[in-house]
Amino acid sequence: MHEYKLAPTALPQLPKAPTGIEGLDEITEGGLPLGRPTLVCGSAGCGKTLFGIEFLVRGILDYDEPGVLMTFEETADELAANVTSLGFDLKAMQDDKKLRVDHVHIDRSEIEETGEYDLEGLFIRLGYAIDTIGAKRVMLDTIEALFSGFPNEAVLRSEIRRLFRWLKDKGVTTVITAERGEGSLTRQGLEEYVSDCVILLDNRVIDQITTRRLRIVKYRGTTHGTNEYPYLITEDGFSVLPITSLKLEHTVSNEIISSGVPGLDEMFTRRGWYKGSSILITGTAGTAKTTLAASFALEACRRGERCLYFAFEESPAQLIRNMRAVGLDLQPHLDKGLLHIEASRPTLNGLERHLVTVHKLIKEYQPQCVVIDPISNLISVGSLSEVRSMLTRLIDFLKVSNITALFTALVSGRDGRMEMTEEGVSSLVDTWISVRDLEGIGERNRGLSILKARGMSHSNQVREFLVTDTGIQLLDVVIGPLGIITGASRLTQRIQEQAQLTAQEQEIARKDRELERKRRVLEATIANLRTEFESVEEELRQVNDEESSLQNAISQARSAATHDLNNRRPAAEPQRPA
Amino acid sequence: MTDSTSELPASSPPEADYVLHLYITGATPNSLRAVRNIKEICETYLAGRYELLIIDIYQQPLLARQEQIVAAPTLVRQRPLPRRQLVGDLSNRAAVLISLGVPQPGSAT
Repeated sequence: MHEYKLAPTALPQLPKAPTGIEGLDEITEGGLPLGRPTLVCGSAGCGKTLFGIEFLVRGILDYDEPGVLMTFEETADELAANVTSLGFDLKAMQDDKKLRVDHVHIDRSEIEETGEYDLEGLFIRLGYAIDTIGAKRVMLDTIEALFSGFPNEAVLRSEIRRLFRWLKDKGVTTVITAERGEGSLTRQGLEEYVSDCVILLDNRVIDQITTRRLRIVKYRGTTHGTNEYPYLITEDGFSVLPITSLKLEHTVSNEIISSGVPGLDEMFTRRGWYKGSSILITGTAGTAKTTLAASFALEACRRGERCLYFAFEESPAQLIRNMRAVGLDLQPHLDKGLLHIEASRPTLNGLERHLVTVHKLIKEYQPQCVVIDPISNLISVGSLSEVRSMLTRLIDFLKVSNITALFTALVSGRDGRMEMTEEGVSSLVDTWISVRDLEGIGERNRGLSILKARGMSHSNQVREFLVTDTGIQLLDVVIGPLGIITGASRLTQRIQEQAQLTAQEQEIARKDRELERKRRVLEATIANLRTEFESVEEELRQVNDEESSLQNAISQARSAATHDLNNRRPAAEPQRPA
Repeated sequence: MTDSTSELPASSPPEADYVLHLYITGATPNSLRAVRNIKEICETYLAGRYELLIIDIYQQPLLARQEQIVAAPTLVRQRPLPRRQLVGDLSNRAAVLISLGVPQPGSAT
């Protein structure tokens, strides 16, 4: 990738003719080599002819480059009929002088060799067709048919070599189709002659499911994607899926959106997850994964966003009915066009086709949220690594488009790998929520926990939740002596707690009363003491008074006596006896 | 068989037994050889019973398409039916005669 980035500055790019085939121009970094032949080889039923026809038709429609189709196998009418279903009107293009179809009929039984010859007739026909409409693109389908008509291989080989040289000189971009040979790319070794660009189409069946792969074997003078890319033949034609953004450089949003379950939002510090992030909900059977997903979808619709829901297990009607039962009414949003439910069996298509469907619908509906329920079902279609690669592509695509994506996945709880990375996608997603059964004595309860949430802290608790008539409700955490308590134990615990509480209240009341009593006793004692003290005080005071009045009397008498003694002696005498 | 065929040419001059179209590409050596060969064969074996048309497909490319000409030179036996194509410069005389359905020189005399 880096080498490629440097290359264009140093060297002028090889001129290329865009094919207009979805995805192919990305792999080839612009298209097929302009004015040169390209060999497209593959076994029967690969879509070689379609590839070529689409190349011509797109050239005519999108790039205004007339084309010549020289067919050695099917007649012009057959071809036209075959591609009408794709919306290609070859007849109209021929009438507009944008396309010329020349069917070369070769019948071995009619042909006899009688001496030296060349294929000048073919050249003349091709040259005439090219010149009359000023064609820029040519397709030869399948030139190897010549080998069945003419026995002299030496002549054929030299003529085919000359033909390709001649096409190059004419400056037309040519697609040559050829049947895949054993041990070689083509049955007749055409790759020897066409050395500019070779594209290999492969059709393989693994576990009864066909997957089609495209690979660029060589492309002279330019870099190109080297992997095998899945491709599809859809109702819109040929479509290659290179869609893995190899660079991780998508922009991110700081916006937070709700999960649709208030209690779950609370578990994240930022009350929700980031817009444009991808969320995985894993859980065993019957752990309300779909309900969680539907809550999220509903919430998105309530915000006025468009949501695309891929249901791989239930039909839309069933989904709506089931969700209504838990208070999630999707119907109004469906009617308003905010919600679109796309239900299909995973086994209906190969993985690639699912991916294409997802792409197509996303392009069509431009949703802000996408729900895929569940991704684990896709395993039935492909191998683990294929599913992983498909999901990588999908998640990448969604992230680049800034679409919030929620996936559910069924995990088997029996083998103890409950929290193992299912399909290996857990490393791809930003937020991973695990729902599971909390099996206790004689009952099952549902528990929810957050395993990871990139970019924000979150609760570490396993929260029990209920699916009620009004959606999902997270219950408060109850911690018992042996950890978090759920279900019936939760009830028991609550009753016990209540009993304890009452007991405590009673105890407090009792203590209050006792205190009151004590206070009263003490107060009584205090009053007693005070009375006692008062009487003692009074007594003492009385004694004191008497004492002091006596003292006074004595001192008065004494002072009077002293006075008399000092002033009149005789006065002192009567006092002496006193 | 040989006797009956030798009598035929005189009786049916307007409807030739053999209608042959030779498609050539200008004055290329192969084409020239083919013209020479076919004329010789016709004169030798089919004198008076044939109709030969020589077409240059450089001049008439549309005919090449109509007649499904791929190789050059090509001799098309339009009649007698079925239609047959003989590609090459017609130098392999035995093969030409068999393909044209002309009685072999050995059995003719």
